[in-house]
Amino acid sequence: MRHIISILLENEAGALSRVAGLFSARGYNIETLTVAPTEDSSLSRLTIVTSGSDEVIEQITKQLNKLIDVVKVVDLSEAAHIERELMLIKVRASGKDREEVKRMADIFRGRIIDVTESNYVIELTGSGSKLDAFIQAIDADLILETVRTGVSGIGRGDRILKV
Amino acid sequence: MMTTMTMMTGAEIVIRCLQEEKVEYVFGYPGGAVLHLYDELFKQDKVKHVLVRHEQAAVHAADGLARSSHKVGVALVTSGPGATNAVTGIATAYMDSIPLVIITGQVPSYYIGQDAFQECDTVGITRPCVKHNFLVKDVRDIAMTMKKAFYIASSGRPGPVVVDIPKDITAAKCKFDYPQSVQMRSYNPVVKGHLGQIKKAVQLLLGAKRPMIYTGGGVILSNAAEQLATLTRRLGFPITNTLMGLGAYPATDAQFLGMPGMHGTLEANMAMQNCDVLLAIGARFDDRVIGNPENFASLPRKIIHVDIDPSSISKRVRVDVPIVGNVPDVLDEMIKLLEAEHAKTDIADWWKEIDGWRSKQCMKYTMKDVIMPQFVIEKLWELTEGNAIVTSDVGQHQMWAAQYYKFDQPRRWLNSGGLGTMGVGLPYAMGAALANPDKQIACVTGEGSIQMCIQELSTAKQFRLPIKIINLNNRYLGMVRQWQEMFHGSRYAESYMDSLPDFVKLAEAYGHVGIRVERPEDVEGALKRAFVDHKDDLVFLDILTDREANVFPMVAAGKGLSEMILAEDL
Repeated sequence: MRHIISILLENEAGALSRVAGLFSARGYNIETLTVAPTEDSSLSRLTIVTSGSDEVIEQITKQLNKLIDVVKVVDLSEAAHIERELMLIKVRASGKDREEVKRMADIFRGRIIDVTESNYVIELTGSGSKLDAFIQAIDADLILETVRTGVSGIGRGDRILKV
Repeated sequence: MMTTMTMMTGAEIVIRCLQEEKVEYVFGYPGGAVLHLYDELFKQDKVKHVLVRHEQAAVHAADGLARSSHKVGVALVTSGPGATNAVTGIATAYMDSIPLVIITGQVPSYYIGQDAFQECDTVGITRPCVKHNFLVKDVRDIAMTMKKAFYIASSGRPGPVVVDIPKDITAAKCKFDYPQSVQMRSYNPVVKGHLGQIKKAVQLLLGAKRPMIYTGGGVILSNAAEQLATLTRRLGFPITNTLMGLGAYPATDAQFLGMPGMHGTLEANMAMQNCDVLLAIGARFDDRVIGNPENFASLPRKIIHVDIDPSSISKRVRVDVPIVGNVPDVLDEMIKLLEAEHAKTDIADWWKEIDGWRSKQCMKYTMKDVIMPQFVIEKLWELTEGNAIVTSDVGQHQMWAAQYYKFDQPRRWLNSGGLGTMGVGLPYAMGAALANPDKQIACVTGEGSIQMCIQELSTAKQFRLPIKIINLNNRYLGMVRQWQEMFHGSRYAESYMDSLPDFVKLAEAYGHVGIRVERPEDVEGALKRAFVDHKDDLVFLDILTDREANVFPMVAAGKGLSEMILAEDL
């Protein structure tokens, strides 16, 4: 099953490689990984999307907790949460495609943030599956380039991950 | 508080930190990046330096000191090849949870990343085989980093910690103030177990009809042998100690069933397999202990698992009552609860069943005209009255030592159980000899393993370490040969040891005593010569043993504990 694991990590040199190294050394898979400092500059927040049986996910959280630089670990997908991912996608937009691409971006509530005579850059935010759906909805030949941030997640309501 | 307002160099600070931590011995090898550190070592005499002949042995020796003494072992090596040579030692300690601090020199910080002479990414290379590591980038961080290193290495589930220090940082100056304590928001090892869980465990134990206690290295590392003995005797249950846990419970006691696992006894394995309640303490259900986990799980039993590391619990087998905590603390609670209980478990039928397995005498072997390796270990045990510290390398000799030397006390048996590193035996013996000058030290090895760190005979001479090397020489890489015989149609690919040195002459060349033993009737006399006549010398006993003796009983890799091969089956 797919899980979203949130980690508070000491903002130290090499801390990220400990997390990434743990996943490769123990054969866990990483679908996406995002990382950036938090409002407290001594801490980074990581979001990892991974998948595995309940036993594997239990081991992943235990092994993460063992890393000295890891301050807190939460499996966001255990309870109500919100996930978002940002995608920038450059698509060919000339001739009849120009209007079609614009319409599609509107339907997905994307924003066109760069325009040339021949292409658009569209900014799109949503769950990973929404971004997948947008890519599916556009003619594959029109896609010039995509870049995705990977999933960021946060618990709903009173669920707070903080030191 | 210890405060000095004078400025000190980074190197001086490192050595002062070692003094503050009461480090008696540092095992190391000098080189360019650690010259400032060696200069400071030279200027003081509290911390003694042991010059090894290869960095791998520095870490193994520090590891042997730690295993035999419950202290943190310390090694010091230079950058680049010094650090990479140390990696095998670090990984060995990591797999067996041994507390070490390894100080590695690094090229000057302003050269890092430029492929400087003797540069390697030590923190990167060691990351997967350390509990934690540090690259010190500021001289003002040295003291706190050293404090953290010792704290992390020795607390919780212990392990090796690497402190990588660039050369310019050891030359830079700042004030020295050694922190008395350390607080880390991201590292707070658990001590006390959950009382509710412990109560549940005690009820399960009291209701058991076919109980079994199975303990591992965690009992040794946490110094819980006393509590374990009290608990086991109060319960009257059978007990087994893993390869890493030998000595936690007296092997000569009637409740002890021997070692479990791939080369465990029939009674220990059958009791592990057929029990209805299994109390696992500081053990991790390793593949060499329980064999195939599916086979192990095929019989219903309740499992109570006490361990300080949550990730060891429910890793390979499902556990019914997990208890995360420091082993002696948890056992104290259990004993307290049991004392309040009057219920006595009646497990006479279970003991009858166990005695049935015992009566098979799975460890018996047949004497021949040539020396049987098992016989040598039995004689060693007799002569040393079971009190020696025995180190081993890896292979058949290791299993025979574990099977036939009956360890009654903890920290007397040092071997590489997890990583299975050939070559640890001699350096382990060096560390053990320095930490235990009053004890007899025997290194049980084979002609394959001993050659992996043979250069340390030189170190042992320099520091006058009276180690007795028991070389069970069968002219084969015995364990490899045994597997080839059993599973590869007796095709002995590269497992024959050709062109062996004359070990007696070799020992003599290093300035030691060498004795060759070729007949069974000479074994006892040779051991006496080594341990009595040459009490203060290193003696190399080159014992020519039965060439094709195999280690039995055996559970083949991937098989279940109930699928044992006994010597008599063949």
